[in-house]
Amino acid sequence: MTEHLPVLQVVVPLIAAPLCALLRPGRAVWLLAMVTCALCLLIAALLLDRVLAQGVISYAMGGWPAPWGIEYRVDAANAYMLLIVAAIGAVVMAFARTVVEQRIRLPASKQPWFYATYLLCLTGLLGMIVTGDAFNVFVFLEISSLSSYVLISIGRDRRALTAAYQYLIMGTIGATFILIGIGFLYVMTGTLNMADLAARLPAVADTRTVRAAFAFLTIGISLKLALFPLHLWLPNAYAYAPSAVTAFLAATATKVAIYVLLRFFFTIFGAQFSFGTMRLDAILLPLALAGIFSASVVAIFQTNVKRMLAYSSVAQIGYMILGISLVSVTGLTAAISHLFNHALMKGTLFMALGCVSFRIGAVSLDRMAGVGRIMPWTMGAFVIGGLSLIGVPMTAGFVSKWYLILGALERGWWPVALLVLFTSLLAVVYIWRVVETAYFQPAPEGRATTGEAPLALLVPTWTLALANLYFGLDTSLNAGVARRAAEALLGVGP
Amino acid sequence: MQQYSVPRLITKLLLPLILLFALYVQFHGDFGPGGGFQAGVIFAAGFVLYALVYGLDNARRIMPPWLLRVGVSLGVLIYAGVGVAGMLLGGAFLDYGVLDSHDPVHGQHLGILLVELGVGITVASVMISIFYAFAGRGR
Repeated sequence: MTEHLPVLQVVVPLIAAPLCALLRPGRAVWLLAMVTCALCLLIAALLLDRVLAQGVISYAMGGWPAPWGIEYRVDAANAYMLLIVAAIGAVVMAFARTVVEQRIRLPASKQPWFYATYLLCLTGLLGMIVTGDAFNVFVFLEISSLSSYVLISIGRDRRALTAAYQYLIMGTIGATFILIGIGFLYVMTGTLNMADLAARLPAVADTRTVRAAFAFLTIGISLKLALFPLHLWLPNAYAYAPSAVTAFLAATATKVAIYVLLRFFFTIFGAQFSFGTMRLDAILLPLALAGIFSASVVAIFQTNVKRMLAYSSVAQIGYMILGISLVSVTGLTAAISHLFNHALMKGTLFMALGCVSFRIGAVSLDRMAGVGRIMPWTMGAFVIGGLSLIGVPMTAGFVSKWYLILGALERGWWPVALLVLFTSLLAVVYIWRVVETAYFQPAPEGRATTGEAPLALLVPTWTLALANLYFGLDTSLNAGVARRAAEALLGVGP
Repeated sequence: MQQYSVPRLITKLLLPLILLFALYVQFHGDFGPGGGFQAGVIFAAGFVLYALVYGLDNARRIMPPWLLRVGVSLGVLIYAGVGVAGMLLGGAFLDYGVLDSHDPVHGQHLGILLVELGVGITVASVMISIFYAFAGRGR
């Protein structure tokens, strides 16, 4: 059965989703979804292990060999991504049960649909990563996008509906642009298989169609990954979605879009075309820097902490794009490593906020005053996540910042390195505002004194919080494998 | 719509034809234009027409929401189930050739027929569900 691992990665959640929808509301639905997520994580771990040991794994869908059939192709880069998404999917699923039962505007009879939608979203995200077929990427992108609009819209706040609608419009424009880009490539080469596209594109690279395809793909994917200034859908979507959904999407959805960007620019078009001929780095670099700077500043002035972290996500995406625009092994390692580290830190932070909102019903700064004293464990996890976000040594966040600065210095761009350091200080400011409010301010009048969040929420939150510390010390996975992935993408490694 | 006898009569005449045409598009999809998606939409259109003329309550009596709920999931399960069956019989996922142990071509026919059936069931159920959701607003 092990040769089927690449396809099982997608098929297991795909089959579990309709089964969840068929089940009666209750504990069993969550259990099925949880087992599915755990299986996905197991499959992803096995795949990564096999890829690191034996190299690229290829799977021919339906027995049709590539490039005629759909090929699932797993190398170091996507095995690493699969592990991130599956791990976050499993941890957040453990967190989701309590949230869904008590904190979502959804009648009990419809709760199975939440799990079905969550699993479909997971299917789409994993599918986008595992596939080696450009059109298949689009299909899975739609699966994950449509289900994520639904997941966002069920937030308790009525504004979640408008946020989801806004995201739907922007996301659909992005997906359409991606489809147009893929269509143009297909017109020019007659193939959709990524490896085949990469082989055939150089012959026709100097045509207006291929350049237009490149432009459409760049803008479409940038919309999905919320690159500044195309990020406007993100803050509202993250702020009003249920906390479990925010934690899941913030840690996975934009990351997968960045992976798709890497795949298209490095594997299909090739670094030479994307960055040598089209000079994409000249566009990405200023946008990344502007995004990091402006989003960090805006984050400082937010009163809703969830919204603050959403803006911080835009800034963090900027760091990843900055790493990509360095076009070096170190820069790419920083970007890919930050995909992992950012998933850990934002997962921790959003889940800690989920615990807070579970107990006190709000995550605005004034309502959170004094929370640190009544919920020490929750805020402890928040502080760890915050330190990692800032990039303090011994946390996961430090690893990627380190490589990023190293990469910038390698290119001799010391102002960029300084700006990375400076914007880390901005992160200190907005994280400190929360810490100061939570620990040093008196509780507001009229807030019921409640205790610590239940264990069902704390255990997943702390799992990720401890992972932040662990991967700050043992960097063999988040930097070692990231480096191998970067080398694979640049085509310089073994 | 109680007093409009002509639309009611025409609907009664057309309905079997629409549903039959849907089934034709569904099962002839292997050989001609058509397939599960188109067939599902045509099938659902029949129910939409019925609901417009005879009212939502009557439509819900014929096609109850619980059945749609099953249909939505069942189609996906048929699709994925065919794929997994191919895997269990020693082929790759969605490899229809192994479904028939004697003749791979026959297996391919069987596989695509079942997969398209799954698509048809899900599409029809989803289309009718969407119609119910919109038509049932504000009740």
